Amino acid sequence: MTERLFEGADWDFHTLQRITDACEEVALKDLGLDVYPNQIEVITAEQMLDAYSSVGMPLFYKHWSFGKHFAFHEASYRKGLMGLAYEIVINSSPCISYLMEENTATMQTLVIAHAAFGHNHFFKNNYLFKQWTDADGILDYLDFAKTYVMQCEERHGRVEVERTLDAAHALMSHGIDRYPGKKKLDLRAEEKRAGRRRQHEEEVFNDLWRTVPKGAAKSRTALSIERRRKLLGLPQENLLYFLEKSAPRLAPWQRELLRIVRHIAQYFYPQSQTKVMNEGTATYVHYRIMTKLHEQGRITDGNFLEFLGSHTNVVFQPEFDDPRFSGFNPYALGFAVMQDIERIVTKPEDEDREWFPDIAGKGDVMGVLRDVWANYRDESFIAQFLSPKLMRHFRMFHLHDDPEERAGIRVDAIHDERGFRRVRRELARQHDVGFIDANIEVVDVDLSGDRRLILHHHVIKGSQLNETDAKRVLQHLADLWTYDVALIEVDANDKVVREYVVSPRPIPAAVA
Amino acid sequence: MPIHIIDRRLNPGGKSLENRQRFLRRAKSLVQGAVKKTSQERDIKDVLEGGEVTIPLDGMHEPRFRREGGTRDMVLPGNKKFIEGDYLQRSGQGSAKDSGPGEGDSEDAFRFVLSRDEFVDLFLDDLELPDLAKRKIAQTESEGIQRAGYTTSGSPANISVSRTVKLALARRIALKRPRKEEIEELEAAIAACTDEDEREELLAQLEKLKAKTKRVPFIDPLDIRYRRFETVPRPVAQAVMFCLMDVSGSMSEHMKDLAKRFYMLLYVFLKRRYKHVEIVFIRHTDRAEEVDEQTFFYGPASGGTLVSSALQAMHEIVRERFNPADWNIYAAQASDGDNSYSDGELTGLLLTDKILPVCQFFAYLEVGESGGSAFDLSDSSLWTLYERLRNSGAPLSMRKVSERSEIFPVFHDLFQRRETAQEKTAP
Repeated sequence: MTERLFEGADWDFHTLQRITDACEEVALKDLGLDVYPNQIEVITAEQMLDAYSSVGMPLFYKHWSFGKHFAFHEASYRKGLMGLAYEIVINSSPCISYLMEENTATMQTLVIAHAAFGHNHFFKNNYLFKQWTDADGILDYLDFAKTYVMQCEERHGRVEVERTLDAAHALMSHGIDRYPGKKKLDLRAEEKRAGRRRQHEEEVFNDLWRTVPKGAAKSRTALSIERRRKLLGLPQENLLYFLEKSAPRLAPWQRELLRIVRHIAQYFYPQSQTKVMNEGTATYVHYRIMTKLHEQGRITDGNFLEFLGSHTNVVFQPEFDDPRFSGFNPYALGFAVMQDIERIVTKPEDEDREWFPDIAGKGDVMGVLRDVWANYRDESFIAQFLSPKLMRHFRMFHLHDDPEERAGIRVDAIHDERGFRRVRRELARQHDVGFIDANIEVVDVDLSGDRRLILHHHVIKGSQLNETDAKRVLQHLADLWTYDVALIEVDANDKVVREYVVSPRPIPAAVA
Repeated sequence: MPIHIIDRRLNPGGKSLENRQRFLRRAKSLVQGAVKKTSQERDIKDVLEGGEVTIPLDGMHEPRFRREGGTRDMVLPGNKKFIEGDYLQRSGQGSAKDSGPGEGDSEDAFRFVLSRDEFVDLFLDDLELPDLAKRKIAQTESEGIQRAGYTTSGSPANISVSRTVKLALARRIALKRPRKEEIEELEAAIAACTDEDEREELLAQLEKLKAKTKRVPFIDPLDIRYRRFETVPRPVAQAVMFCLMDVSGSMSEHMKDLAKRFYMLLYVFLKRRYKHVEIVFIRHTDRAEEVDEQTFFYGPASGGTLVSSALQAMHEIVRERFNPADWNIYAAQASDGDNSYSDGELTGLLLTDKILPVCQFFAYLEVGESGGSAFDLSDSSLWTLYERLRNSGAPLSMRKVSERSEIFPVFHDLFQRRETAQEKTAP
């Protein structure tokens, strides 16, 4: 049992195998994790940059914007402005983890524990990922997308495809379903329902109904607004979906491209909602695994110290007045809350019993944590589990910045008895994508008139859209819709704050 | 659970290459502008080294719906002294940055590294060699023949004897063809034999050997191999560049430097179009000589000025060494414009009758002192002469340069892609 996994910093593929086996043993037996099969790939720095430019995915369709990101990352990497990640992990089955070849043996252990077990477990068990992503199918889908885009370029020309993809990318953040829609019946259930309906009709059949005179057929203009909106599925906040289904003059291949971009956006949607939890889980898992391996004597003290060094860097949280500060570090916050849960479950204090009666002193750390990992996202996780002790530890405070306020920015709450709940609610809100993304939806189409598409942006707390960007995005939207598009910003009292109207560009102009 | 560990390091790199090319294509005008700007600041030797360029990101911006302004709430770590109800001043530290996060300012100017090839491509992108028509003919006219292995069929003249014999030998050994010595030995044994029975037996053996010899021929049609040839188009991928320069006393270092820069650009440009580029340096005072590069630019010389001597020397060299059918000939002449008056007639004649007909391109570069005040005065004698020739239809290109920074624009101007033939001859 005390056989060392490796000595020093060097590793080879046998070492990796031993490391993975050891991590797996701890992860499955001690922590009770449930993971997808693992696939570990060793890559070079250049390949890591490649992966960066295509949002981490191993294959992706071709588009100039990825080239731009690549050039950008490459330049800053070469100048030493930016380090590269130690790993990238992909939510797929098998779960693919990319490890950098430069990592030392200790770092490889850390990274395997972090990605191949921590993230992997989270991907497989969190409800958002279960609901929105298909880990088995994603790589096949990307492969399909890549081929499809390539074929479209052959058939319809690169410029045309690029135009459609540019527009779709601009709308990508608004191409997401935020709520699971009505479940479509499968063929068999449909048949069953139709059968029941027929049976019902037979049972209540009365020939007399045939003789009842029908009123005049409704004229088209009589279609009420309500009915029209219902037919178009409005209001609709998934702009890409709406365009795919209802834009009048798109070619079928363009609709398919929109669909591809929409699906990919949807695939990443859970990740943006679970940054803190995802990284927290992975960090907690690697910390537990590494500690265990050290306890078992499989990692030398020296290597363990190396690990602690990197770990401390990862979970470092600079304070707000530190020049390094750039918001909350999801690794630090997630890891701290999970360690805190461990403390509450095993050694609760009175305060914890009062705040967390359900889990305080329950004893089964992993059981509680697995439940947390499965059923929360960042916003609900923070709202539920950020403890007063932790708020005091981070010395959190809440600022309220009202431009109208002459006196300056008000400190609204601090880490004291009166402020705990408010601070926690605000921090949770900061992690709620519903508050971060602009709330824009299609509300109506002027079908009887000039087919103008009407969108509303519901302004929250006076925060309007950036004008130049909004115009550009709307231009893309109008190009796809091929008629005028109006975006109206309305505040909470339905008062119109600002209005944009954009007409589509004629196609030849866009080709140039 | 089986775990797959895969070494991807050996996978072919450059996965993002295509995306990068798309990006460059899209940003072409921006990058091109940046490349030209960068190249002006550089030393001519490093002009083609690739390197970092900066482009404004405006045209490459990816817009998104972004919110800004309004009242903001934020939770921050690291409270030291604030209590509820405190007010913080907006400016300075402690009050959060007013611009708001995520503005994307960092992307406004975008620096990235171009490889050498990308740089040169963009640098010379909209330039084109003049006299394309002639070049096209030259490129396709000659076809070369090249050996390409062996084949089992062909004309008798192409039989490869050595290969055929080699195969035959291998076949004879493989099929155990009796050797000549074996048969001779047996015949000797028969001749020496006395016993009738044994003799019968040996004779039978001999028959057998002879029959086998017949069955396994010395050379079989199967063994025959022919040399195979393939025709390959062999473009005239060679060019010669004549650098003519006046080195009389009136040419200063600065003027020579200008000329050198022009020659170097021309060389780089030709190098991209032709596999093989030769350079001939001809310097002249009142007599011309072919020299090496070092002497050309730095060797001291003095004397009068006779331009016709240089043209005569070039004409002779062309006749001796560079057959116009096989070579693309380019010439660039640099001078301060002085020429002895009596030489004008001869120069004009040489140029129109001997030089221009064989040249793809002839450029005259008149270099002047920095500041260029001389140009405000009357045109030089050579310029006047060449202008007269050009007006009467000679395909000459001529430019005046007095500043280092003008070299590239002038070069660019000379070789810019043009629509019609008329424009080409009269830039």
